[in-house]
Amino acid sequence: MMRRTLATASRVLNQVRHDPRTIALMLVVPSLLIGLIAWIFTDTPAFQRIGPSMIALFPFVVMFLVTSIATLRERRSGTLERLLSLPLAKGEFIFGYALAFTLIAILQTLIATSFAVWVCGLEISGSFWLLFAVAALDALLGISLGLMASAFARTEFQVVQFMPALVIPQFLLAGIILPRDQLPSVLESIGDWLPLSHAIDALSDVAAGTTDSATGISMLVIVAWIAVALLVGSLTLRRRTA
Amino acid sequence: MNKSACIDVQELSVKRGKSLVLDQLSFQLEAGKIIGLLGPSGSGKSTLLRSIVGNQIITSGAVTVLDQPAGSKSLRRKVGYMTQAASVYDDLTVRQNITYFAKILGLSTDEVNRVIQGTDLSEQASRLVIDLSGGQRNRVSLAIALLGNPEIVILDEPTVGLDPVLRADLWDLFARLASTGICLVVSSHVMDEAMRCDQILLLREGKILAQLSPFELMERTGATDPEGAFLKLIDSGTSDPQSDAPSVPVSVPRHRAAVEESK
Repeated sequence: MMRRTLATASRVLNQVRHDPRTIALMLVVPSLLIGLIAWIFTDTPAFQRIGPSMIALFPFVVMFLVTSIATLRERRSGTLERLLSLPLAKGEFIFGYALAFTLIAILQTLIATSFAVWVCGLEISGSFWLLFAVAALDALLGISLGLMASAFARTEFQVVQFMPALVIPQFLLAGIILPRDQLPSVLESIGDWLPLSHAIDALSDVAAGTTDSATGISMLVIVAWIAVALLVGSLTLRRRTA
Repeated sequence: MNKSACIDVQELSVKRGKSLVLDQLSFQLEAGKIIGLLGPSGSGKSTLLRSIVGNQIITSGAVTVLDQPAGSKSLRRKVGYMTQAASVYDDLTVRQNITYFAKILGLSTDEVNRVIQGTDLSEQASRLVIDLSGGQRNRVSLAIALLGNPEIVILDEPTVGLDPVLRADLWDLFARLASTGICLVVSSHVMDEAMRCDQILLLREGKILAQLSPFELMERTGATDPEGAFLKLIDSGTSDPQSDAPSVPVSVPRHRAAVEESK
């Protein structure tokens, strides 16, 4: 189990390694955007509120895109069909991807957070370990939803359209633009169930140093979403196809 | 290896949507021979091969491979499968591709080196697959199918788009593989390649036109080349409704006398 999962993870990392432009974009763009937001809010206290949300947003969005396209390519190129005709379990395939992309997401978060703290002056009062734990969960959430989305797309054009469809509503309802308790009640209760809301809540708690049982519940909600998305995603990896 | 049929197909039908891709196929294949699955594009060759590998949802019938239902867990190390499109990772080197699949099978670096040499890829081993020619890509895919010396090797159009020299090299490789006693099935839509096989399975519109040796094919149709023989089989096939039964000669020899069939 472990050997084939690790082989898959190192294969995925090898693929990324041969694509330096993607690496540069994944690692640098979040910091640049955080810098831009800090600049926009130079003379206001808003960056202290929005900054942590951004740190939560990037692993989710980037890993969603990367995973959905990578698994779509596996489906279309025939490599998935070949792998499933070999002694590779679906779980080994999924966890191999999850491991590789979570490692990249942690590296990405490390750079983005360092930039936000040292260059943009964001204050993180809580534990850095917890911050990385939440960021890793965000990445896993993006990975699991991306895996699921790839099953419902036939082309790369279609799969990138799932990004606005699945990600932007979560972003709008997460309470960044308007705090969730000021939203119309229907939207508020929808927002309260969406995973990105909890990711942002948890990361904001860590940044403000106000972690409590609510933070733990938020992390559990994210874990539950990951579990459901992985389950649905694994059902779409079929050995036999029409 | 079992002396009886290594692949046994009984009344296999596959429907995709409303169209019948494979229509009541029955045949048996023996190990130790190059078995050529020939037929034009769209005749159902890939679907039949996928059914043997166990990746195809079948509508009815049974496919038995080494006495197990096709796709059984115990067959996953015993069946090497090369898909029609080279299913390899463009953004990895030749060696990284083969090493990954070897690790999935739990095989050593020695085995990786063996298949790289066997498919004549030593010089390209550290190049990215995306930078290779089509023929080299195909050979990477073939090398992966040969990992671990599988008892059954299924190759879907392995020689397509290759230059004649490489094509001849590959057929020599297939002959060596078959002589080791494995069960080797190679599909092609190039009728001339029929002559390189020990046995031919002719497929057209999801039905088996004939299962015979190249010698029998030429003998029975009286044609001068495999292309012509295939056309003659189709001609007689459409006029004779019985003809889709396997291994039944579809036409009597024409002007050539039916000389004794030496084998």
